[in-house]
Amino acid sequence: MTPAIEVQQLSKRYGKLIALDNLDLTVQPGEFFALLGPNGAGKTTLISILAGLTRASQGTASIMGYDVLTEYSEARKRLGVVPQELVYDPFFTVREMLVIQSGYFGIKRNDAWIDEILQHLDLSDRAHTNVRALSGGMKRRLLIAQALVHKPPVIILDEPTAGVDVDLRQSLWQFIRQLNLEGHTVVLTTHYLEEAEALCNRVAVLKQGRIVALDSMHSLVRSTRDYTLELRLSTDILPPGLTIWPGKHNGCLHSLKIKEYTEIETILAILRQSGIQVLDMQLLQPDLETVFMKITGSDAAGDS
Amino acid sequence: MIGFYTLFYKELLRFWKVSLQTILAPVLSSLLYLLIFSHVLSARVEVYDGVPYTGFLIPGLVMMAVLQNAFANSSSSLIQSKITGNLVFILLSPLSYLEIFLAYVSASTLRGLIVGLGVYAVAAWFYSSPLQSILWVVLFALLGSALLGVLGMIAGIMSDKFDQLAAFQNFIILPLTFLSGVFYSIHSLPPIWQFLSHFNPFFYMIDGFRYGFFGVSDISPYISVIVVLCCLAVMSGWTLWMLKSGYKIRS
Repeated sequence: MTPAIEVQQLSKRYGKLIALDNLDLTVQPGEFFALLGPNGAGKTTLISILAGLTRASQGTASIMGYDVLTEYSEARKRLGVVPQELVYDPFFTVREMLVIQSGYFGIKRNDAWIDEILQHLDLSDRAHTNVRALSGGMKRRLLIAQALVHKPPVIILDEPTAGVDVDLRQSLWQFIRQLNLEGHTVVLTTHYLEEAEALCNRVAVLKQGRIVALDSMHSLVRSTRDYTLELRLSTDILPPGLTIWPGKHNGCLHSLKIKEYTEIETILAILRQSGIQVLDMQLLQPDLETVFMKITGSDAAGDS
Repeated sequence: MIGFYTLFYKELLRFWKVSLQTILAPVLSSLLYLLIFSHVLSARVEVYDGVPYTGFLIPGLVMMAVLQNAFANSSSSLIQSKITGNLVFILLSPLSYLEIFLAYVSASTLRGLIVGLGVYAVAAWFYSSPLQSILWVVLFALLGSALLGVLGMIAGIMSDKFDQLAAFQNFIILPLTFLSGVFYSIHSLPPIWQFLSHFNPFFYMIDGFRYGFFGVSDISPYISVIVVLCCLAVMSGWTLWMLKSGYKIRS
């Protein structure tokens, strides 16, 4: 199967600064893929190279098998990009923008699809409004609409929900999820890690132009093995056998860091032998944020 | 083809939506030039035998309006798109660099011609100039407008800020236009300035354009056409190279 996105030994240097460092990445058709990393990790540079906005210093990139440089026309017809910046053309209305954008992709009569996108993105009643008069969230949605006019099989969204209201964010994701279910490959960057965790099946974490983690969301989250066992006990003092686990306690509520599920059994056995009663117990899974901070070694995980 | 046509249409729509500023304003300013200069000079200057100064001035003003507006169109469209960032919509599309070039230049050419026609129509109220050969008139208007549309693209691509574009306009386009013989015949100049005028491509455009009206010119219109065509070819080549290499547009 031809990969939706294929990147081989891709590097981009700006003078001495290395934005991308010998990157290899393959995204298969139909994937919902997250690109995460702190600021300056190279996410936008990678997207720009795929979109043809930036030229790589080295290496190749292709969309649905078409080289982004030598077969740019074919590659761009198959790619829809939602840029991070809230850009718009103040001369036109929402509908005019979408008709014009369709025309750039060689599509003449696109009204039915334009109506559908407008409806999904809750912009129908703004169709004849000048773009200048739209709120930030609406401009963001118009950018998404513009990226979809040519029904691209591959969609890349660079921070698509920045500045969008919480409830609109939900409907936006629903729409994008639906596109994904219909077979579109979706790649996104976001700094809402819970969004990435909820939506994406696979994730690449970038740091300083390199991929530092590439895995399914599930195994990535599990890979840190940083579970927390929360126990409400009948006493606020742990038996000596349990002090080897790092943890803390607040009255009778004890938190122990464990690495494996099997450790739970050992802990419970020790408690039983000491005659301590377990009143309540829960196991906290690591979330993407914890994983992310661990991988990138940054304290500002949300600041991707 | 649809891609080219769409971008061309978008560029037309862009200036048409603000036609007060892009068409009427330049027509008005040309009219002011005409009123003031012809009032001051018509009694004192006769450039060609039997042609009053107002009659001589009109083709010059028309051509100046054509050139300035063709330049303004592509240059301001590009710089605005660059600064607001919406050039990305074109850059993300499969449009080829040739389509982008042709669309911008055609729209600029058309704006130049529309403004020129407006100036000519208004000026005809004051003096109905002869029209020896409409073919030369149209040819020079078309080539001049296209050349300035191309120069506008170059300025728009190279400038990062509005003041850089203004410098392009004020230090290159405006002096070359004013010194090209819009208001005078270069034969009235001292020899050294006459000589230097021959290095100004704008001189050939205005002189050839005026030839179409009076059948008289400072230099043969055939030579002028060749000079303008050569400039157009060189500048177009340069612009296409910049677009193809992504100079200042694709990092």
